[in-house]
Amino acid sequence: MNRIKAKLQEDKKLLSIYFTAGYPKLDDTVPIIQELERAGVDMIEIGLPFSDPLADGPTIQKSSTAALGNGMHTELLFEQLKDIRKTVSIPLILMGYFNPMLQYGVEAFCRRCFEIGIDGIIMPDLPLDVYKETYEAIYKKYNLINVFLITPQTSEERIRAIDNASDGFIYMVSSASTTGAKDGFGAEQQEYFQRIAKLNLKNPQIVGFGISNANTFQAATAKAKGAIIGSAFIKHLTQNGIGKIENFIKTIR
Amino acid sequence: MSYHANEKGYYGEFGGAFIPEMLYPNCEELRQNYIRIMSEPSFQEEFHQLLKDYVGRPTPLYFAERLSEKYQTKIYLKREDLCHTGAHKVNNTIGQILMAKKLGKNRIIAETGAGQHGVATATVCALMGIECVVYMGEIDIERQAPNVARMKMLGAEVRAAKSGSRTLKDATNEAIRDWINNPVNTHYIIGSVVGPHPYPDMVARFQSVISEEIKWQLQEKEGKENPNYVVACVGGGSNAAGAYYHYLDTPEVGIIAVEAAGKGVNSGESAATSALGKVGIIHGSKTLLMQTEDGQITEPYSISAGLDYPGVGPMHAHLYKSGRGEFISITDDEAMTAGLEMSQLEGIIPAIETSHAFAIFDYKKFEKDDVIVINLSGRGDKDLQTYIDYFRL
Repeated sequence: MNRIKAKLQEDKKLLSIYFTAGYPKLDDTVPIIQELERAGVDMIEIGLPFSDPLADGPTIQKSSTAALGNGMHTELLFEQLKDIRKTVSIPLILMGYFNPMLQYGVEAFCRRCFEIGIDGIIMPDLPLDVYKETYEAIYKKYNLINVFLITPQTSEERIRAIDNASDGFIYMVSSASTTGAKDGFGAEQQEYFQRIAKLNLKNPQIVGFGISNANTFQAATAKAKGAIIGSAFIKHLTQNGIGKIENFIKTIR
Repeated sequence: MSYHANEKGYYGEFGGAFIPEMLYPNCEELRQNYIRIMSEPSFQEEFHQLLKDYVGRPTPLYFAERLSEKYQTKIYLKREDLCHTGAHKVNNTIGQILMAKKLGKNRIIAETGAGQHGVATATVCALMGIECVVYMGEIDIERQAPNVARMKMLGAEVRAAKSGSRTLKDATNEAIRDWINNPVNTHYIIGSVVGPHPYPDMVARFQSVISEEIKWQLQEKEGKENPNYVVACVGGGSNAAGAYYHYLDTPEVGIIAVEAAGKGVNSGESAATSALGKVGIIHGSKTLLMQTEDGQITEPYSISAGLDYPGVGPMHAHLYKSGRGEFISITDDEAMTAGLEMSQLEGIIPAIETSHAFAIFDYKKFEKDDVIVINLSGRGDKDLQTYIDYFRL
């Protein structure tokens, strides 16, 4: 079974961490993953840096620019990860923008993910209809789960379509924003969390964007299966390097 | 075969809407409504009234006698430089501000490179009394001070894009991020035939007034609607899209697109997207773009700030790939020389973008009785300092 699906069946709220590969230092990718697993994180999103990350706020933009400046690129990331399954067993997801994947070749990209033991892919700018028509068969062939996003503005009809096309979890963007933009959840988000919970979707939801500490993690997971922390973790890496990852995770739960 | 967008916004293999879900509701709202709104008689009436009384349309189609004599062919200039604000950009911003009103939006955002589209957007926002925020790369703000001042005087807020290379593509990223953060009340006025569907098609339709006028004006002057060639410079490609629009599916009309070669196509400092670009995704559109082997978008270069976009509109990518359009790259030096020649032969100082289109005669020979229409997309006032520095005037 795909590791993501197995993880989603565990009776707990899941903590997922996003970081940008190649940041703060080029060779930090593997130690960060190992350290996150040791600290008890349930799932990891490995960010493939892109020159023009238009869904990201300043923190992830800066980490992406720095990672590219450090020399990160798609083939190098695959090289860094090639033995990752010898030491790490939690689900790993690659997250990025579609153009680098397209240039690598979608099938070649998926094959490498499969060989390495990557479990899923999040490409926010690969739209649902294009995925269904052109790429779904390739993802399935390599046992990769494609994760779609929904936002507070997504219509119920479209949420249902996304739920039907999903086979793992739905990435629930907490508010109308780029990553890292807001601190804390207001009444509007609570209403949204409840509205989505009532839809009884077949795929569980994991909340991302705007989760930075224990409070927001708890609020986000009151209804949803889990939550993703990205910008706040990257800020921690910027300040502390890779030395105190466990301390950061302990502040969340 | 048609060279127009299909209903999903594809021109051949190019176009579409490669957008994160956060932008889907906004783009979908536009997609579902833009053709219906544009065809409402009340919309058409208001649009054309403003183009006539406010922009100053129709712009003249002028027979350039001395230029024609020099190059031994018949050259007409479509005088978009005479539009209010000094370029064709305002045709689109008038259309989009009316669209925004129909959609009930009360806040406008835009991106700008050289500042022409920013000024055209700030202008129509002032006209309609709507809040306006223009994103501009930090570096462009420094080198385009007069246009920054114009936008401020028109009441717009100019926000510096400080990410990435701090130029047009980053200003576009920032505008898109603003739209993600303000999905309900805000309309994004994209300045060219780029971005996710329906933008390329919508902007092309607003700019199509250019070739609509060329047809009847040429009928009056030459007794025929169709020239042998339509020529325009292409950055993102909105003036070109407007000039080609009504000729796209008329194969006897040749289409010539002029790109900025910068310091030379192979110099490493160029914006010749058709020659240097590969198929990829930029700002939500599948098109030709300049990028590394790894798919990172690279920074183009041209002396003209309006042509240094790393992508090109999907319509133009399709014209190139299909062979329907003939693409010519012109260097900085060739463009500047042609701009000076144009000024002294016809008494018209063109924008440096447009000057590229006047430099094709060394690369393309025309018959004596060929009729060539060159789209004179903008005037050169904004570029005086660059011309002065270049020629040490």
